[in-house]
Amino acid sequence: MINAFTGLWKTSGYFRFGIVAVVFAVVMVVLSFFSPYKPMESYAVAADAPPSLENWFGTTSRGQDLFWQMTFALRNSLAFGIITALLSRIIAIFVGMYSGYKGGWFDKVLMSVNDSFVIMPVLPILLLLNFLLRDQMNWFYMSLMMALLGWAWDARLIRSQVLSLKERVFSETAVFCGMPTRKIIFREHMPYVLPVLFSTTINNLLWSIGMEVTLSILGLTNLNNPTIGVVIFWANQHQAMISGSWWWVAAPVIVTVFVFTGFYLLSVSINEFIDPRTRLRMKGGAA
Amino acid sequence: MTFKHVFNKNFGKYLLGRVGQTIMVIIIGITITFIIPRLAPTNPVELKIQQMMVSGANIHPEAIKAFREAMNDIYGLKGTLFEQYVNFWSRLSRGDLGPSIFSFPRPATDIIMKAMPWTIGLLLSTSVISWIFGNLLGGLAGYQSNRRWTKWAELAANSIRPIPYYIFAFILLILFCFVWPLFPTMGAYDPGMDEEWMNPVFLLSVLHHTFLPALSLVLTGLGAWLLGMRALVSNIISEDYVQYAEVAGVKKKTILYQYVMRNAMLPQITGLGMSLGGIFSGALITEYVYGIPGMGQLSYRAIVGFDYSLIMGVSIFSIVGVSVAVLIVDLLYPIFDPRVRLN
Repeated sequence: MINAFTGLWKTSGYFRFGIVAVVFAVVMVVLSFFSPYKPMESYAVAADAPPSLENWFGTTSRGQDLFWQMTFALRNSLAFGIITALLSRIIAIFVGMYSGYKGGWFDKVLMSVNDSFVIMPVLPILLLLNFLLRDQMNWFYMSLMMALLGWAWDARLIRSQVLSLKERVFSETAVFCGMPTRKIIFREHMPYVLPVLFSTTINNLLWSIGMEVTLSILGLTNLNNPTIGVVIFWANQHQAMISGSWWWVAAPVIVTVFVFTGFYLLSVSINEFIDPRTRLRMKGGAA
Repeated sequence: MTFKHVFNKNFGKYLLGRVGQTIMVIIIGITITFIIPRLAPTNPVELKIQQMMVSGANIHPEAIKAFREAMNDIYGLKGTLFEQYVNFWSRLSRGDLGPSIFSFPRPATDIIMKAMPWTIGLLLSTSVISWIFGNLLGGLAGYQSNRRWTKWAELAANSIRPIPYYIFAFILLILFCFVWPLFPTMGAYDPGMDEEWMNPVFLLSVLHHTFLPALSLVLTGLGAWLLGMRALVSNIISEDYVQYAEVAGVKKKTILYQYVMRNAMLPQITGLGMSLGGIFSGALITEYVYGIPGMGQLSYRAIVGFDYSLIMGVSIFSIVGVSVAVLIVDLLYPIFDPRVRLN
């Protein structure tokens, strides 16, 4: 494990960048618990101050310190993304693995439902639900909703993996030995599916945070709970770009790009590491 | 490859199966869009009545009752859920989605038809452009994975890919509309112009306004296709038949285009079909950020204004449009893949 880490650190620039971004995100999240201000407290500091030693990211027109606000925003957005990704993983794994393994009419029915979800216009539906349930909406319901809408594509990927695994000799051996289906799926096939699962989890995490940003921009989430999208929403609301307080827009945008790109590059480098063919190429051998 | 080769008896069976599946997917999708708004605690008719009451009108209770019945009738909310469902399909089969609320009594179909060309023009063209160029670049990048340009292209694609589309569009907007004002911030053409597609001045204005949204879509799409294709190609070039061709001295170009990319194409074609599914979600943000009067903008306005018929209409149009697009892509499959053709 430690060997893998140092090996990756030495060979992969993506990995180094990713680790820096993760450390940054973790530090921000931890700092949020020690914030001197409440998340959305107005006029706690001087309004409209550009970035300085005192206010690292500047302050908003509502007198909020952007640095501390971003620590809350990052925490909330990440928590939201992680919960959504985990919930949708549960559905994707069950649907993908069972329907791939069982085949037949079971597979046909599940895949029809799956394809209906794939082509469903997710964003309009989310908008509608958010609009309808705005009063009862909290971030947990929202992540539940997004999990229910966001599993289908990944289930299809997992299924295609299982389809090819099913044809291998060891699956047949397991069946002949009388191994129950559940065990074959989770003991024998799961390890092969893990790399795909890992990369789809990261993608789903980024997707759900992106969706949350979109919904917040449109003003359809709880606007008193800072997330990355909510910070941008208030900046737009106060026309930060036109009034010249560029830092209000720059802080969330730069932090998001940095953290998102870092997470993604980290997952890319780990995936490449897991794939033995690329590992060989990295070591200079013939693939 | 002749016509007969592709469209043999097996293909007929395949066609029938796929069309049947598409119809089923459409029915399930539309049923879900029928159910979701009805699960909501808000009733559009009651909302409308509430709005009327708030605006201070003093209305007789009898009038309200009559109004409620009339509205329920118009929006297909009369009777039990099952009766509503049957009624819904019979109206849909006649192409009747009911009138729009905020431009009453214009039919929703009419409004959608007017917005549709914008979205299809912008989203379909950018999807196809980014698919073609992304795959070409990705193929080259996978084949020449040690060149410097491929490393840079990969880095660029990998960095853009995880950024939420809204933020990416927003960054472009800030850079090219505020910091370096090359493009106008809002609208699909200069204000005060008539939609005359034959007028070159109008066309130029449209191009000027839609360049930035198109760029944002092409760049995000291009990166994703490039990465996918590169991964596929770098897997395929280690296979025996490619090595054999190389040893046998087959031209590099022939190997890449005829042997490698042709094989790598298949999952990408499926991907194209699937990505069309994201078109309407993508359209919403693009059109919102850049102010293009298409389906996305329309669905946003419909949802915020709780325009029931319009919401249903937009969802149904996008479900049908996308599943038909996926079907067409699937039916083109045998042309690219000889294995599917044989089975």
